[in-house]
Amino acid sequence: MAVPSFLARERIVARPGFNRWLIPPAALAVHLCIGQAYATSVYKTALVEHFDASLTAIGIIFSIAIVMLGVSAALFGTWVDRNGPRAAMFTSACFWVTGFLVGGLGIETQQLWLLYFGYGVLGGIGLGIGYISPVSTLIKWFPDRPGLATGMAIMGFGGGALIASPLSRQLMGFYDPSYDSADPTSVPTGGAVSALFFTLAAVYLVYMMFGAFIVRVPADDWRPAGFDPASVKQKALVTTESVSAGNAIRTPQFWLLWIVLFCNVTAGIGILEQASPMIQDFFRQDGSSLVAGAAATGFVGLLSLFNMGGRFAWSTTSDFIGRKPIYMVYLGGGLVLYVLLATVGSSATWVFVILAAIIISFYGGGFATIPAYLRDLFGTFQVGAIHGRLLTAWSAAGIAGPLIINSVLDTQGTPGELVAANYRPALFIMVGLLAVGFIANLLVRPVASKWHEPKATTPATARADHERSATR
Amino acid sequence: MSSPARDQQPTHTPAGLIAFAWALVGVPLAYGLFQTVKTAASLFTG
Repeated sequence: MAVPSFLARERIVARPGFNRWLIPPAALAVHLCIGQAYATSVYKTALVEHFDASLTAIGIIFSIAIVMLGVSAALFGTWVDRNGPRAAMFTSACFWVTGFLVGGLGIETQQLWLLYFGYGVLGGIGLGIGYISPVSTLIKWFPDRPGLATGMAIMGFGGGALIASPLSRQLMGFYDPSYDSADPTSVPTGGAVSALFFTLAAVYLVYMMFGAFIVRVPADDWRPAGFDPASVKQKALVTTESVSAGNAIRTPQFWLLWIVLFCNVTAGIGILEQASPMIQDFFRQDGSSLVAGAAATGFVGLLSLFNMGGRFAWSTTSDFIGRKPIYMVYLGGGLVLYVLLATVGSSATWVFVILAAIIISFYGGGFATIPAYLRDLFGTFQVGAIHGRLLTAWSAAGIAGPLIINSVLDTQGTPGELVAANYRPALFIMVGLLAVGFIANLLVRPVASKWHEPKATTPATARADHERSATR
Repeated sequence: MSSPARDQQPTHTPAGLIAFAWALVGVPLAYGLFQTVKTAASLFTG
């Protein structure tokens, strides 16, 4: 599918002397916007009341968006790699913003299906395309520091929720004067939520288009000053070869990383999903919790900070210690921390908070480091498309994580009456999952040479071949 | 099809543009961080 010429990859090839430090803000402009997906809880109760629907019926909106993220990233990944980041960011902005507009219309007209279709389906497509494109672009601009590059972009996704949560509360307070954003029991009207959707649509349109129009791709022969591609070859598992997305999914390495991401994300979601009630339940004595509601909200905020910080810090660290060792830390270290959480987590609040915060930093790190791992194994040729296919693991984990924790807790007692011991079965399931992920990571070996693209088919010629065949 | 970098006219990215772009994403991020730290502080005070 051809794109208008002003969006075409050929139009955005950077000339010599272009400063690559303009690319991270372009990537962040997109990821900070789509990261709003993790801030949907701020208006969840308002939508439940507005539609007179169950919490599950409203929660499905987020689930649809995450499933569509994985599906669209997998389906459009090759298109994204072929047409370049401007076309991808532009398309992502159109879907993401239209999702808000249609969703807002659904709230305004009391049509829940419109909200599913708008925010869930259209917005989810925008999420998938917008998530992979800045990442693969940054990897190409920072071949000397791929972990730093992917950490910067994916940190933005975590940062998006940090911005959208307080901003949404303030905006809803502006549109509904009776809503007190400082009072956790205060609920805004549906009208305030739809006005919020329209406002966010306008703001996100400006930001994402800004990112789309400043982004550039490096020329095929461009290298950072002083960088020798042969130096990366010396590292174990790092290739200078190219593997296509079609071939990548036929390798065991791809599926091992799929398992690694699935296990890491499922385990992290186990805590994130239940963070606020979990800390209160862990310190419940004689029916009442020692942790107040405000402190539990603070705990959720602290986890958001570690989630975002872990994305940048751990991914950057992986440039120095290697991708496979860092996943041993995420999965092996996470496993030990989960065991400690299950056994001594209820001994003191500070123990619980420190353990959970480090686990969540590993969860964020796992997200941010995976594209750099893919780049090491499969090269930069179609890393966006390969990353897109791998994100189906996120979609699967988005269903499995909450399902595990909720179904286990359902068998243990009534919400509001649970104690630390009730969480142990779920936590030990997460330990098992992390063990599976650890083994999968251990089994990762360099990709066999039979999957490498022929030498004559450089990324440039491959694109040209594809373009020629597309015009036939 | 992109031409090799060596065949193209050199360019210069204005420092002001880079600073503006970073400010555009950095300011909201700083706002979000500040607000979240404020919320997280209630864990120790609330």
